[in-house]
Amino acid sequence: MCLGVPGKVVEVLESPVGMTMGRVSFSGIVKEVCLAYTPDVRPGEWVVVHVGFAISRIDEDEATRVFDYLEEMNELDEIHIPQPEAGLPGPPPPSRTGEGRPPRGPLAGPPPEPPLTAGGGS
Amino acid sequence: MRYVDEYRREEDAQAFLGAIRRRVTRPWTLMEICGGQTHTLVKFGIDRMLPEGITMVHGPGCPVCVTPLEMIDRAVAIARRPGVTFTSFGDMLRVPGSDTDLLSVKASGGDVRIVYSPLDAVTLARSHPDREVVFFAVGFETTAPANAMAVWRAHQLGLENFSMLVSHVLVPPAMEAILGAPDNRVQAFLAAGHVCAVMGYREYEPLAERYRVPMVVTGFEPLDLLQGIHMAVEMLEEGRWGVENQYARAVDRMGNRPAQELVSRVFEITDRAWRGIGEIPVSGLALRDEFAAHDALTRFAVEGIEADEPAECHAGEVLRGLMKPYDCPAFGTRCTPERPLGAPMVSSEGACAAYFHYARTEA
Repeated sequence: MCLGVPGKVVEVLESPVGMTMGRVSFSGIVKEVCLAYTPDVRPGEWVVVHVGFAISRIDEDEATRVFDYLEEMNELDEIHIPQPEAGLPGPPPPSRTGEGRPPRGPLAGPPPEPPLTAGGGS
Repeated sequence: MRYVDEYRREEDAQAFLGAIRRRVTRPWTLMEICGGQTHTLVKFGIDRMLPEGITMVHGPGCPVCVTPLEMIDRAVAIARRPGVTFTSFGDMLRVPGSDTDLLSVKASGGDVRIVYSPLDAVTLARSHPDREVVFFAVGFETTAPANAMAVWRAHQLGLENFSMLVSHVLVPPAMEAILGAPDNRVQAFLAAGHVCAVMGYREYEPLAERYRVPMVVTGFEPLDLLQGIHMAVEMLEEGRWGVENQYARAVDRMGNRPAQELVSRVFEITDRAWRGIGEIPVSGLALRDEFAAHDALTRFAVEGIEADEPAECHAGEVLRGLMKPYDCPAFGTRCTPERPLGAPMVSSEGACAAYFHYARTEA
């Protein structure tokens, strides 16, 4: 229930009754969202939306930190473990700007249908 | 950036897994608090790719799952009344009460409607002044600002036909209940990112200190979880405790101030019963007296309805991390998403539903 979906603010609609609303795009699907809790947000910025409310503005600089962490970790490991790791195949990581990344990550998702029928629980 | 796909790349996930594998020298048990995180772990198979010593136990962070049975019975009692339009998030409709669920009330003619946002319920109340519109306010700190705004709006607009059945719960007291239990085996927590987006993580600091436990505020994508686990393992291995923030793109230490202000304007802290866990002091929210006119509990006089948990459902053990869903004798047989015995099999965040959908029938 605490699902939060990142969306890009398209438009901020000033409200006369003190509840700022806005239009937010989720991969092209635009929905009306309450922006009262992110009063400084501007069109073009990203927010985390939960049950029709923006609860947080996404910090672009912080968003790439996970990749910086990964690189630092790998550099540290190279110092400690000089031989290459068998578990790390593939080319060097691509640029971290996010542009030009493939539209879908290849990490394996769920099976298409729940195959379990009766008889589980063992 | 789209803030989703970037955090699902396989080579980055493998790099994190390798780093976790190299860092672990002994077994550790971690709990992810939020049911959304449980689903990411199980859906992408992350829990199975972790080194053998790392055990992920699933926390109570599924509001639907921890809503006590009597609250469902109260909702059913209100929804059955003529003149009432009962609104709720979709997850709650199939949760079994003592006799029936809200979906069955709807099937037998009750006006039960699914809404996407609590503001939709306010809009309904406005456009149907002849109906009593009730919203079932279930959720953690993440959802409280939305529900607070709905009450505030209804109050401002003078909507006398809008009320809320409040069953709000708070995460830190539940974490403390888990840590303080004699059978606790959780050594580190991945704290729920969106709860912290609203509340910040100051409240967690004294808890981490008192129980000397690492806590990492963590997001919901696969790389978020993997980084959160790596950070927690690093703290465990180094013998450190405290609160660290993996999810800094959406969370800062102070949280969302405007949201916190309206929540404390509308709600006050109260004791609350958690399904399968029991009553936890100061672990929930209730409407302040000022908004008593919008409180469905007193408006429809349903406080007296009480209920006992069904003996066959082991939701309590699952929610406290003492039992895996597949250890329950009813899992996948007498309890399925179509015919659930308990809420964790119904909710999209419930651990039992995650294990069922992703075919986890054994360890």
